[in-house]
Amino acid sequence: MKKLLLGLATAALVAGMASAQDKDVTIAVSIPAADHGWTGGVVYHAERAKELLEAAHPGLKIIVKTSPDGASQANALEDLVTQGVDALVTLPHNSDELTDPIRSVKDQGIFVTVVDRALSDPTIQDLYVAGNNPELGRVAGEYLKENLGSGDVVVIRGLPIVIDEERQQGFDAAIAGSGINVLDKQFGNWSRDDAFKVMQDYLTKFPKIDAVWCQDDDMAVGVLEAIQQSGRTDIKMVIGGAGMKEMIKKVADGDPMIPVDVLYPPAMVATAMELTVANFYDQVPVRGNYILDATLITKDNAEEFYFPDSPF
Amino acid sequence: MSETPVASRPARRSWRDLDLRAVAPFVALAALILFGASLNPNFVSVDNLLNVLSRSAFIAIIAVGATFVISAGGLDLSVGSMSAFVAGTMILFINAAPVGGDVALIALAMTMALVTGALCGLANGLFVTLGRLEPFIVTLGTMGIFRALTVWLAEGGSIAVRSQEVRAAYRPVYFGELWGVPAPVIVILVVALLGAVILNRTAFGRHVIAVGSNEEVARYSGIPVGRVRTLTYVIQGVCVAIAVLVYVPRLGSATATTGLMWELQAITAVVIGGTALRGGVGRIWGTVCGALILELIGNIMVLSDLVSEYLIGAVQGAIIIVAMLVQRALSRGR
Repeated sequence: MKKLLLGLATAALVAGMASAQDKDVTIAVSIPAADHGWTGGVVYHAERAKELLEAAHPGLKIIVKTSPDGASQANALEDLVTQGVDALVTLPHNSDELTDPIRSVKDQGIFVTVVDRALSDPTIQDLYVAGNNPELGRVAGEYLKENLGSGDVVVIRGLPIVIDEERQQGFDAAIAGSGINVLDKQFGNWSRDDAFKVMQDYLTKFPKIDAVWCQDDDMAVGVLEAIQQSGRTDIKMVIGGAGMKEMIKKVADGDPMIPVDVLYPPAMVATAMELTVANFYDQVPVRGNYILDATLITKDNAEEFYFPDSPF
Repeated sequence: MSETPVASRPARRSWRDLDLRAVAPFVALAALILFGASLNPNFVSVDNLLNVLSRSAFIAIIAVGATFVISAGGLDLSVGSMSAFVAGTMILFINAAPVGGDVALIALAMTMALVTGALCGLANGLFVTLGRLEPFIVTLGTMGIFRALTVWLAEGGSIAVRSQEVRAAYRPVYFGELWGVPAPVIVILVVALLGAVILNRTAFGRHVIAVGSNEEVARYSGIPVGRVRTLTYVIQGVCVAIAVLVYVPRLGSATATTGLMWELQAITAVVIGGTALRGGVGRIWGTVCGALILELIGNIMVLSDLVSEYLIGAVQGAIIIVAMLVQRALSRGR
């Protein structure tokens, strides 16, 4: 009798699990088109997570849609919703422009996950997954403070937008009161060509530079090339950020110029998709904010963050 | 049509014959160099000036092509995207090619890039002439197409030369020197010299100017207007490819941001150089001078502590307008 009950219970459990597995759920993923390295990584990881998740859940359908700008993303959101979706995972082009379109998605009772760029009205999102911009600056600043002690540093910033400002403030706060002296700050537009130019000019302008903080790995490529061309040996290290595979490789190989990297992973879109799917299939609570660390990637943990097949 | 002082033979001309409009960009350039030197003595160091000259190569070479298109009354907005596309396909070719021997491989890849550039230009030209479309619309369209194709080929990331040996063998094309002159500077000089000879000394060059001044008159004079127009776009495509040949060895990669806004910089260089946007006047050496002026302004901004990094764009814009005012004042002075 006991056995029978146990057997029944097991059968019921298995049946329950099977029905949960077969449940039909459609999730729309709306992200920016690949216009630079990092967003290219976002597209790659969204596609990768889609394959893995769909294989794990037979009833699950994930639609990934990329948009080149904010206005077309707003249109894409409307198109996606008319196809009848249960959840939306979105990395908005910019917060102000897309808050209302996403609000109207939410009003139709759809579960909303926002990635990376918070909406102007945070009550809309059920789940918010993001990297930590002030932390990215702080971790880089702390590393320089601890490993350089004192010295002259040049900074290459991205574009004048909120993300860049937050990173800069985190960096400034970390080195405040230390022996680290910032010689100059200029915008490199998150482009390796522009960073190359700015670095060449820094090398002309300053006879002694101890380190470079350029907050983004794409720009680090241009910086390294400019240093190599000049033949200067006073620069001890270049600190980038994001986690581009070429730079993580350099960290893993122990390149003295790139001793560490600070993580701001495009794979966060996959984290968001996993959590959203868990909400429907696994009955685990996921609502809230999920802020990823700006992990310091060193020689010891570099392997963990290395995706050789990713475009970024 | 006038000759620039560099291309002219001063021995046979008196100072009164000198076209001040043609000299104006060089006066602006000299003024800018003095301005830069007063802000930071490092500015006039040989190393810095050679860096800036080398960096201006991409825009200068592309702008030589743009001088042909614009003086024939056309316009090409696709050059920035085209650079990214040609660079991307060239690197993919280098990565895929089974050819042994680095030099042979690079030579083959260069040839392929030149052909790709010429074909891209030909496509633009044929849409404009055979399709009878506005060049603005055609090249706006191809600008989107070339950019998207590049992003698609790169899967949103970057396309990089995989073999370090090929990379090392190709590197001197940007970083190398000949008699102390950086390779990109030599390329600028050769391209500009060829461009000036074609535009100022050949029948085709005269046809380009004639088509740009008055298309109807040119047609009645028996000039094959469609062919001349199309050829200017092909020349533009080849110039883009030459710029790419110098661009690829610098960072060994093409990304989605390669060549962004180059079309505007090239057009600005052409206009600063004294070529009329409405067509009918073309000055190759002025164009090269315009490209130098653009690159120098950026360099001066970083070397000086004049303004905060947020205001650099405003100062750059102001300097360009002042440079144009200087030109206008000089040409009125005649």
